[in-house]
Amino acid sequence: MKPPPFAYAAARSVEEAVAALATAGGEAKLLAGGQSLVPMLNFRLLRPAVLIDINRIPNLDHIREEAGGLVIGALTRHRQIETSARIAKHFPVLTAAMGHVAHLAIRNRGTLGGSLSHADPAAELPLMAQLLEAEIRIANGRGGRSVAARDFFRAALTTALADDEMVTEVVLPALPPGTGWGFEEMAERRGDFALAAAAVTVTVEDGFCRACRIAVIGDGNGATRARDAESAIAGGPKDAARIAAAAEAAAGAVMPSSDLHASAEFRRHLIRSLTARALDAAWRRAEEART
Amino acid sequence: MSAATEIAIRITVNGTVYEKTVEARLLLADFLRETLNLTGTHVGCEHGVCGACTVLMNGDSVRACLTFAAQADGAEIETVESLGTIERLHPLQEAFRAHHALQCGFCTPGMLITGIDLLKKYPLASDAEIRDGLSGNLCRCTGYEHIVRALRAAATARDNGEAGETG
Repeated sequence: MKPPPFAYAAARSVEEAVAALATAGGEAKLLAGGQSLVPMLNFRLLRPAVLIDINRIPNLDHIREEAGGLVIGALTRHRQIETSARIAKHFPVLTAAMGHVAHLAIRNRGTLGGSLSHADPAAELPLMAQLLEAEIRIANGRGGRSVAARDFFRAALTTALADDEMVTEVVLPALPPGTGWGFEEMAERRGDFALAAAAVTVTVEDGFCRACRIAVIGDGNGATRARDAESAIAGGPKDAARIAAAAEAAAGAVMPSSDLHASAEFRRHLIRSLTARALDAAWRRAEEART
Repeated sequence: MSAATEIAIRITVNGTVYEKTVEARLLLADFLRETLNLTGTHVGCEHGVCGACTVLMNGDSVRACLTFAAQADGAEIETVESLGTIERLHPLQEAFRAHHALQCGFCTPGMLITGIDLLKKYPLASDAEIRDGLSGNLCRCTGYEHIVRALRAAATARDNGEAGETG
């Protein structure tokens, strides 16, 4: 058998799951969709004493409207997010990104909470959490807490979650009216790990950018906001020079390395091109939203 | 809730109910092949990349190498053995035969199960969409072209309401 031996328990509630995590004292792992955890077990990169299966916890896969935004349960499968009319309405950028998340069989199982907790540096959902300024609701035995995406992701495969904590919900605050979006990704095949990706929202009013968010994937550290690129766009009208400056700044926001899939130089080139394309699309959609 | 290394499961595979006690770490793929002797489900990479072990769990395609048998407790699993027989092929199997969509056959069970889920969930209006859909299944023989043709034929049959009951 490929995975190392472990004891297995299926939690029936969030309380049960976090209590079991606390009891195991760092020796347990939560099993959600398993699409990243089980490969790591099969490679024996992890040897948890206990796996706590959270798939049987009820009422954790909701997509609910709240204060103009959405609250999404941690057990919501990628496939549910991909096909949700609510998400398409409020956050079409997320719908677009989901088409790049792995393959159908993986999307059928993989979960939102799992992807965020795993924090793969090439994954789209952490990128979306950064772009959409998600609040991540976390359960623990101490009354729970909520962490902003910018504080949640610490490094590749590293989050703010303590050993006895579990993501329960993700809050996506409403975007202002007149906001357009763009999402561009390059992978060797559709569904493979992204070589680079850029996600953008632009809020346009009277031809001027009132707010701009740019998040990129392109290095081993994971999704990051390209703040200098955002500054290059915010406050101004749409013009090619500003977009080129933002694209350049976005390429400077990542520290890619070369591997057998792509050179660092090519990854930077991708970020530059993808950011420019995403900005162009976002601006166009923002203007369409106004008319 | 208590954690155990041996788990009693009740699982329906291709319409037959099985009650077994399995090691917690037993993968669904190995359960099907080693415990039930259903060797139609193939095991390739064992980390979710190649797609050969794809089966339907409660109607959705999943990687049997990334699912523990214990997680399938209470679930309905369908494997390639549920599709058709040599004498009476499933329409998608017939499309694979007609379009020479296999050579060695190793990837075929995963291709068929993935194809069934794709036909159920996506329009497959273009070959590009079919290629995207199949991108999680590796084939080292065909170059994919004939598999795409088989899916195209099956999608057309589905859209024309022909005998193509593909799910």
